[in-house]
Amino acid sequence: MMLPYAWLIAALPLLAALAIMFFGRRFKNGGDFIGIAAIAVSFVLSLLVFGQLAGGAESYRFTFTWLNLGGVPVQNGIAVDNLTAVMLVVVTLVSMLVQIYSRGYMHGDVRYPRYYATLSFFTFSMLALVLADNFLLLYIGWELVGLSSYLLIGHWFENPGPRYASMKAFITTRIGDVGLFIGIIVLFLTTGAFGFPEVAAGVAAGKISGTLLTVAAVLVFSGAVGKSAQFPLHVWLPDAMEGPTPVSALIHAATMVAAGVYLVARAYGVFAESTSALAVVAWIGTITAVMAALIATLATDLKKVLAYSTISQLGYMMVGLGVGGYTAGVFHLTTHAFFKALLFLGSGSVIHALHTQEMHEMGGLVKKMPVTAWTFIIGTAALAGIPPFAGFWSKDEILLSAYHYNPVIFGLTLFAAFLTAYYMTRAVVLTFFGKPRDHHKHEHAHESPANMTGPLVVLAVLAVVAGLPGSPLMGNWFGKFIHFGEHEAEAVPAVMVMAIASALLGILVGYLVYGTKLVDRRKAIAVTRPVYSFLKHKMYFDELYAYTVIGGTQALSAVAGWVDKNIVDGLVNAVGWLGAQLGNISGWFDLAAVDGLVNGVAAVVSGAGRRLRRWQTGYVQSYALTFFATVIIGVIIYELIGG
Amino acid sequence: MSLPILTLIVFVPLAGSLLITLVPREQDKTIKQIALVATLISAAFVAYLWTQFRFGEPGMQFTERASWIPSLGVQYLMGIDGISLSLLILTGLLTVLAALASWNITHRSKEYFALFLLLCTGMYGVFVALDYVLFYVFWELVLVPMFFLIGIWGGPRREYAAIKFFIYTLAGSVLMLVGILAIYFQSGLGTFDMTVLAQHKYPVAWQWWIFLLLYVGFAVKVPVFPFHTWLPDAHVEAPTAISVLLAGVLLKMGTYAFFRIALPTLPDAARAWAPIFAVLGLINIVYGALVAMAQQDLKKMVAYSSINHMGYVMLGLAAAMAAGPGHAAAAKLAITGAAYQMFAHGLSSGMLFLLVGVVYDRTHTRDMNKLSGLYLTFPVWATFLAFGAFASLGLPGLSGFIAEFFVLLGAFPIFKVFVILATSGLVFTAAFYLMMMRRVLMGQKRPEYDQMPDANPRELTTLVPLTIMIIIFGVAPSILVNMMNPALVQLVAKLGGM
Amino acid sequence: MTAASVSQIPLAYVLIFGALLFGLGLYGALLRTNAVRILMSIELMLNAANINLVAFNQYLSPGYVNGQIFSIFVITVAAAEAAVGLAIILEIVRRRNIVDIDKINLLKW
Repeated sequence: MMLPYAWLIAALPLLAALAIMFFGRRFKNGGDFIGIAAIAVSFVLSLLVFGQLAGGAESYRFTFTWLNLGGVPVQNGIAVDNLTAVMLVVVTLVSMLVQIYSRGYMHGDVRYPRYYATLSFFTFSMLALVLADNFLLLYIGWELVGLSSYLLIGHWFENPGPRYASMKAFITTRIGDVGLFIGIIVLFLTTGAFGFPEVAAGVAAGKISGTLLTVAAVLVFSGAVGKSAQFPLHVWLPDAMEGPTPVSALIHAATMVAAGVYLVARAYGVFAESTSALAVVAWIGTITAVMAALIATLATDLKKVLAYSTISQLGYMMVGLGVGGYTAGVFHLTTHAFFKALLFLGSGSVIHALHTQEMHEMGGLVKKMPVTAWTFIIGTAALAGIPPFAGFWSKDEILLSAYHYNPVIFGLTLFAAFLTAYYMTRAVVLTFFGKPRDHHKHEHAHESPANMTGPLVVLAVLAVVAGLPGSPLMGNWFGKFIHFGEHEAEAVPAVMVMAIASALLGILVGYLVYGTKLVDRRKAIAVTRPVYSFLKHKMYFDELYAYTVIGGTQALSAVAGWVDKNIVDGLVNAVGWLGAQLGNISGWFDLAAVDGLVNGVAAVVSGAGRRLRRWQTGYVQSYALTFFATVIIGVIIYELIGG
Repeated sequence: MSLPILTLIVFVPLAGSLLITLVPREQDKTIKQIALVATLISAAFVAYLWTQFRFGEPGMQFTERASWIPSLGVQYLMGIDGISLSLLILTGLLTVLAALASWNITHRSKEYFALFLLLCTGMYGVFVALDYVLFYVFWELVLVPMFFLIGIWGGPRREYAAIKFFIYTLAGSVLMLVGILAIYFQSGLGTFDMTVLAQHKYPVAWQWWIFLLLYVGFAVKVPVFPFHTWLPDAHVEAPTAISVLLAGVLLKMGTYAFFRIALPTLPDAARAWAPIFAVLGLINIVYGALVAMAQQDLKKMVAYSSINHMGYVMLGLAAAMAAGPGHAAAAKLAITGAAYQMFAHGLSSGMLFLLVGVVYDRTHTRDMNKLSGLYLTFPVWATFLAFGAFASLGLPGLSGFIAEFFVLLGAFPIFKVFVILATSGLVFTAAFYLMMMRRVLMGQKRPEYDQMPDANPRELTTLVPLTIMIIIFGVAPSILVNMMNPALVQLVAKLGGM
Repeated sequence: MTAASVSQIPLAYVLIFGALLFGLGLYGALLRTNAVRILMSIELMLNAANINLVAFNQYLSPGYVNGQIFSIFVITVAAAEAAVGLAIILEIVRRRNIVDIDKINLLKW
């Protein structure tokens, strides 16, 4: 049995991270092979685990009492079930490919060992998150992936962009995390446990219900909103593109941002009991999917297009979960991980060759970089939802669930699917086709080395085939492997037709606008000016937050700092000053105003001292005389009184 | 146990201090070695104590009792339970590290180390004393060396800071003394034995006033808003090692006194005062973080972060005080979190002050506007600073998280609104630490610091143990929790939460 | 000397002798300015006290030696005091080259 050794899957990358951190510099390649070897072994182990569970093995759980707080036991442990197994394979596979790819992309980087150490650490954290059998460990992994993300976004911290982006990412997600934190607290206090099965059982048993359950579920969801960059906390993800592109592929597309979706799936037992909470998930997902897709249509930075696309697709997954399509959401997570990693790594390959991210400086690269171009196109097809590529099957399932749930959500997600096809076509056309717009850069462009194109090819193959397990062609195997309850959405052929139609329409429009001269873009912009600038400025979210939340906090902090310095401390000094003034009044005191009460006391002594010091002649003999005289006087008094 | 181990722990530093006065001042190295060895011996005794400690027993252990002033019932009475032991461990660790961190003191080193060891005696004494008079003696004993250590070896405004510190804490301890005497006379038992006096039942209305006296006395030390303004000044002016002890150990004396004196002796008043307590704890958390965000001085920022962190202790205590029988389990969580936070904050703030000291020794500035790109200049130091910052902002897997998590978890059912407001402190704390890192560690390096050396082996020796401890106590909290648990459960029961 | 032979002399004589000796010492200690001389005068006063102690013991409780022991203590202390005093004077002379007590007035206000 492989399952009891599942912890090794997470432990190996941790060991690798430590080894690279301490010894990486001693090796010629910065110890990158340690990271790759560790993740390769983890991947193989994950496959074995997956194979066993797919072969019908029972899911595995190991718990121990982490803490005993005076009769309040706190359990901790890991669990491997079908959902975990899928996530393990996805995370380790993408992570392995990204680490191989990075050997080429990050070659010669100033902080190469640090990069690999952090990457391995990220993998560890993500795997710990996935393996957790309880909210507490999940939260620990959750924050640790946030840390790795922070470190990797800020990898090139000499530049202002990554500096601000890394901070923004950490703080924005932490706002969501606070919600998750309170949600976990509420669930623990009502159900008495952190473990997922126990919490779900508690919810099912009605220990928490009604409004409180909805509140708890929404709080947990707010963590997912932060991590998965959902509206209104999505602003950090586009900025996170300041990090190295392989990092964007691994963390900000395939794995970490999907953690929010995973969380909702993992805690589905809680959500399923509250239709309101599910509605919140569905609507937030819908808004995010459409909003991000709209912004993506006007982004000019290739990575930003992909970033908004990621946000949009994560919204899709949320829709899937929110409308009751548990399998669909998780399935889309899986397929999306492969084709979005592919797209990011492809864009990385382009950026590596051209040293620019602006699509307006690209064009005509298909001949120079055939492998990159064609794998990118496969990824695009998968993302756009063209059959039989992976994205089609998963997206179709989400649309199907939405169709059964609510026509408005269905319509909006269909619209988002159209937009997705449109902006991806735009990106492909601008990047790979047409005439080169920057000839100098075009001249120097060349296909990337094999350690970069290799992962692209592998991912391209996956982008084609990864959808099959969830398709009717394989008898919807994925749905049997991962499901919540026995519910299976009834297939509606019309939905599939509409999905394909919207995708094709999107591609067509995209091609007409950007591939031909049929549409005068300048005129189109002029006509739609207000909408255009609204979208161009990313719906002014950054500006809104800058003026409200960030500005407000900074103002509050400045006020607090001023109050502390001038009022609270001023009061203290004023008390001291008052004491000093009182001293002055009585005439004996002569104080400097600020010194306060201690000087007041000192002044009494010194005032007295000033009068008394005349006695201090410094002549030893006068002291002795005084002494003797005192004795004589004392004796005389004694005699006179007649003691 | 015939060995008077607590006496040894407390008075070995004093013996070292006396020994130092006999050494000629020119023998700088010998003086430092004596100081280090004295702290090491005490720490070794603490470690031995740890191995001999009987876990699972709520009462006092290793008690030493001798008559001192029989006519008043004053005794030389020492003993520890799990709460004291955790703080003894912290003190043992931090005094050794502080001695190492003082190695570059050259100005009047003889006096410095003599006072330093005297300070150690006082700190150890506070945590083991079980007699009010003895406790008060040690409490005040800490004050005097601290005054001189800040006033002589401090920064430019050292005299102002030292006097401020002194007057503040002295005023606080006078109130505390009044409270202690009031308890003594009210009980009519003719003893100053804390455990005996805690068994006595006092009139509720009377308790209310005495609690207020004790509260102000302890709150100054913690410090609780609005009695906190001595802290930033004292921290900024104090030499590095003294800042470490100030933040790591001295602040804990205030909270420890709540655990040892105020709560068990005056449980009824504690319940009455709990809401105000909680509000002040909340203000500490949020206001401390906001003020920290406004600071330009690195050390001042860390000092304000201490105010923020001590707020969690106060909030946890308040929750346990207010809990009542209905929330016994929550009270246990909250108070465990509070006690854990004392330890965790000692580690993380000690580490941060050491780190600030390291960079100040080199660049001679703590102004964040004048520091940038230090990750490039001092990579090892910067890594530790980042670690310390994340430990302090409560990253899961590190010790601070456990504490904050249990405080908020336990306090939630009792003070829902306060806890929700307090969680905003989590975001603010992250914000000011990340802003600090953005300004200090990231960015272009400055040429004027280019040739300066990274952390040296001595400095690493002070940092590595803290790093390891922060990780260990973040991953395996049961080590500490099992130690403190019986005493805390007893305390919760005493507070009426059973 | 036996107790009988001593008792021939009345106690008052011995006390007067002691008082004279003490007055001599006091005169020297208060009016002389040479530090060494002052020290010697102090010794004189101590010895006057010793005589009184021994005399009282001998006349009032002849069976005991309390007074003698007391005076031995005084002699010991006086020796220590002389050593310390001389050391101080020596140090002053070394540093400032004066023995005149009137000029040593740094402790003046």
